[in-house]
Amino acid sequence: MAEPRDQPTSPADAGTSAPHRRAHTRARDLERYAGLFAERTRMMRSSAMRDLMEITARPEVISLAGGLPDTSTFPPESFAAQMTKIAQESSAEALQYGPTEGFDRTKECIREVMGAEGMDPDPEDVIVTTGGQQAIDLIVKTLVDPGDPVICEAPTYPGAVPVFCSYQADTFQVATDAEGMRIDVLEALLDRLAAAGRRPKFIYTVPSFQNPAGVTLSPERRRRLVEIAHEREVLVVEDNPYGLLRYEGEPTEPLYKLDGGDYVLYLGTFSKILSPGIRLGWLCAPPPVMEKVVLGKQASDLCTSTLTQYFVAEYFSEGRWRDYIDDLVEIYRARRDVMLDALDRHFPVEASWTRPEGGLFVWATLPDYIDTTDLLARALRDDVAFVPGAAAYVDGRGGSSMRLNFSGSDEEEIREGIRRIGRVISEQVELFGAITGEHSIPPASRATDVPSTSSAPRPGADGSGEGPADGSSVLPFRRRER
Amino acid sequence: MKVAVLKGGRSLERQVSLRSGARVEDALAFLGHEVIPIDVGADLVSTLRASRPDAAFVALHGRGGEDGTVQELLEILAVPYTGPGVRACVRSIDKVAAKHELRAVDVPTPDWAAFNSVAFRELGAADALEEIEAGLGFPLVIKPAAGGSSLGVRFAATADEVPEALVAAFSYDDRVLLERHVAGRELAVSLLNGITLPAVEARPREEDRFSYEARYEIGRTEYLCPADLGAAEGPVIDAALRTWDALGFDGFGRVDMILGEDGPQVLEVNAIPGLTDTSLLPMAAEAAGMTFEDLCGRILELALERAGAPAG
Repeated sequence: MAEPRDQPTSPADAGTSAPHRRAHTRARDLERYAGLFAERTRMMRSSAMRDLMEITARPEVISLAGGLPDTSTFPPESFAAQMTKIAQESSAEALQYGPTEGFDRTKECIREVMGAEGMDPDPEDVIVTTGGQQAIDLIVKTLVDPGDPVICEAPTYPGAVPVFCSYQADTFQVATDAEGMRIDVLEALLDRLAAAGRRPKFIYTVPSFQNPAGVTLSPERRRRLVEIAHEREVLVVEDNPYGLLRYEGEPTEPLYKLDGGDYVLYLGTFSKILSPGIRLGWLCAPPPVMEKVVLGKQASDLCTSTLTQYFVAEYFSEGRWRDYIDDLVEIYRARRDVMLDALDRHFPVEASWTRPEGGLFVWATLPDYIDTTDLLARALRDDVAFVPGAAAYVDGRGGSSMRLNFSGSDEEEIREGIRRIGRVISEQVELFGAITGEHSIPPASRATDVPSTSSAPRPGADGSGEGPADGSSVLPFRRRER
Repeated sequence: MKVAVLKGGRSLERQVSLRSGARVEDALAFLGHEVIPIDVGADLVSTLRASRPDAAFVALHGRGGEDGTVQELLEILAVPYTGPGVRACVRSIDKVAAKHELRAVDVPTPDWAAFNSVAFRELGAADALEEIEAGLGFPLVIKPAAGGSSLGVRFAATADEVPEALVAAFSYDDRVLLERHVAGRELAVSLLNGITLPAVEARPREEDRFSYEARYEIGRTEYLCPADLGAAEGPVIDAALRTWDALGFDGFGRVDMILGEDGPQVLEVNAIPGLTDTSLLPMAAEAAGMTFEDLCGRILELALERAGAPAG
C-alpha cells in the first residue's frame, strides 16, 4: 500500500505517521533557485522578527502581538446550525465555484455593514475578496509599477508593508499624531513629489482606530483629505476593518461616504466583526478600477470561497450580527481599559502610549535607545510578546515603538503581560542610565506631561517632514506620574 | 536503530533548530533508522525514558541545547548523543570563556572586554568604557556572550553608539563583550572528528553584514566553498585544529574566524552548528564529497563510538 502523502498533522496525531519528505536540498540547488528568483523577491524580506514572532506561539507565552479578534465568543451551536442548514439546503451550490465579483447575497451583507456607518455603495462597485489583505494586494497589483510612489501613514499597517514591497512600490510614510495622518505633512510631500514630476498612485490609510497606532483621523482632516484627493486627482485607499468597534466618543464619517466613491477606494472585512478564519473581505472601487481589479482577482484565485460566502449570508439572515458586535464592543472596551490601567501602573515614565477610542491596538513608544526587536528577545525570556514597531515602517524606523493588542487576550493575561513588559523596559532604562551615567528623565521635563484625556492633542506637537524620526509623532502620549 | 532527534526548545534559535531537526530526521530515516522527533520541553526526561532511544541526535541551537544542559541530562540518562560533550559545550557557548581558553594557548582571537550587567549597575563599569574604547578602537563589535546567528550583534562606529548597542546585547544575555573589529574575510571552518572540512567563505552584501536574516535567506549571502585561501590555508587549518583541542571538542563543530591581514583570528566556536538547507557545515561536508545523509550517519557513528556502544 502506498504511503499516505501530505497528511494533515494535528497535535493529536503528530508523530504517528511521518509525511513523505523530499530529499535534502544541496548547496548547488540553492544556487540554482537563487538564480531563478524574480527581482521583486529581493524586497520580500523575512526577518529576525519573524522568527521571534513564531516563538510567540508557544503556549506559555502571553502574546499581545497578534491582531486577533476573540473568536471564542462566537456561539458554536449557531455555527453548527448555520453550516448544517447550508449542507442540507444548498450543498451542491456551496461546494461549487462562484462569480469572481462575489455573490449578490454577500454584497447584500456588505451593504448592511457599510450602512451601519452611513455608506451605501452601488453593488456593481463591490468585489468580494479573500480577506481585506487580498483587497490590498489587488489594489497594488492593479495600480503600481516598480518604482511608483505610494503614500501611507507612519506607522502603517504591518501587513501592508510586504504588499508594497513585493510590488516594488516606492513607499513614503506620513507622520501621524493624535488626530491621525498629518495632512499638512501630506500636502508638503505631495508638493515635493509633484515638483519632481512624480504622481503617487494612492494614499493608503486606516483612518479609524489605526493599526498599529490606535489613533483616529479627525473629522476636519477627513474632509480635508477628501478635498485633496479631488483637487489633486489622487486616489485614497481607506482601509476600515475596525470602524464598528468603537468604545467611546462620537462615530466619525468614513472617507468613502464623504467622497461618494469617486477618489476613495474602500476596503472592508468580516474578520473583526465575525471571523478572520472565513477570509472574507471586500473592496469598493469606481467602475474603471473595478474592471481591472476583477481581472486581477481572476488571475489570483478565480473567486472567493463560496462556502464561507454562504456562511456569512446565512449568519446575516438571522439578523443578529449587530448584537454580536455589541457583545464584542463590551468585551474589548473592558480589555482596553485594563490594558491602559496596566500601562499606567507598570510602564516607566520614559514610555508613552496612545489611548485608542476603538479597534484592537495600543501603540507605545520607548526611549530611542531601546530597540524593541531586541527587547522582544528579552521579553520572550519572560514569556511575553508584542510586535516591534519596525514592522510598521518600510525604512527601518519605528525601532523604539511597539504594538500591543488587547482583543486577543483576557483581562488577567493583559494585566500580567503588561506587567512583564514593563519590568523588562524598566530594566533596560536603568541599565542605560547606569552605562551613560544619566538616570531617568529629570522631573522638570515631566511637568509638561499632557492631560490624560483621550483626545487631547499634545501641546507643541508640530514636527515637520513626513518622518517621526524623533518618535514623537504618535499621540496622545500619557506618562505616568511618579 | 532508534534515534531521538532533539530539536526546537525554548531558545531564540528555535526556528533554526526546527529546520535543522527536520533535515536530520529525513536523513536518519533515509539511512533506515527509526526516528523519534522530540520538540524539547518540560517532558524531555520522561519522553526519553518512555521512548528508550539507542542514541540522541542533538539538533538544538542556543541556550539549553548548545550549552551543555541537554548533554548533561543525556549523560545522566546514559543515552549516547551526537556532537561535543558537556565540557566543550560549556566552554564554547560563552564567547568570553572560549576566548580565554584560546588566549591561554595562543590561538589568535581579537582583543576584547567583557561585562555582565552587574558590573554596570553596581561596580561603575561605565567609567571604564572610555579606556576600553581607546584600547580597542572604533568600530567596535558589541555582542552578547551567548547565542548565535548574529542575534544582538552590533557595530558601534563611535562612542555615542556604544550604550545603545550594549543595551541591545544585554537583551540576549546577561554578559556582553566589546571586541576589536578585525577587517577581513569571513570564514567558517567545520570539523568532523577533529579533521577540518573545506572552509566556507561568507560574502554578505555590504548592507547585510551582521544581519541575522541574511544568514538564512537564499541569495542574500554569497558562500564560497571551498574558499580560495592560498597561502593562508595552513594558518587557517592550524587555528581551527588548535581551537578544537583547546576547547576539548569531539564529534563535530564549527570555528568562525576572520582572515585579516595578520592571519586568521577566531571569533567564536559553535558546538552545534546549523544543519539547515543554508547551513555551512553541510555545505562543507558536501564539498568534501559527503552527502547530508553521509554526514548525519557519520555524526551518529561518532556518538556511538564515544559511548562505547557498537555502531550500526
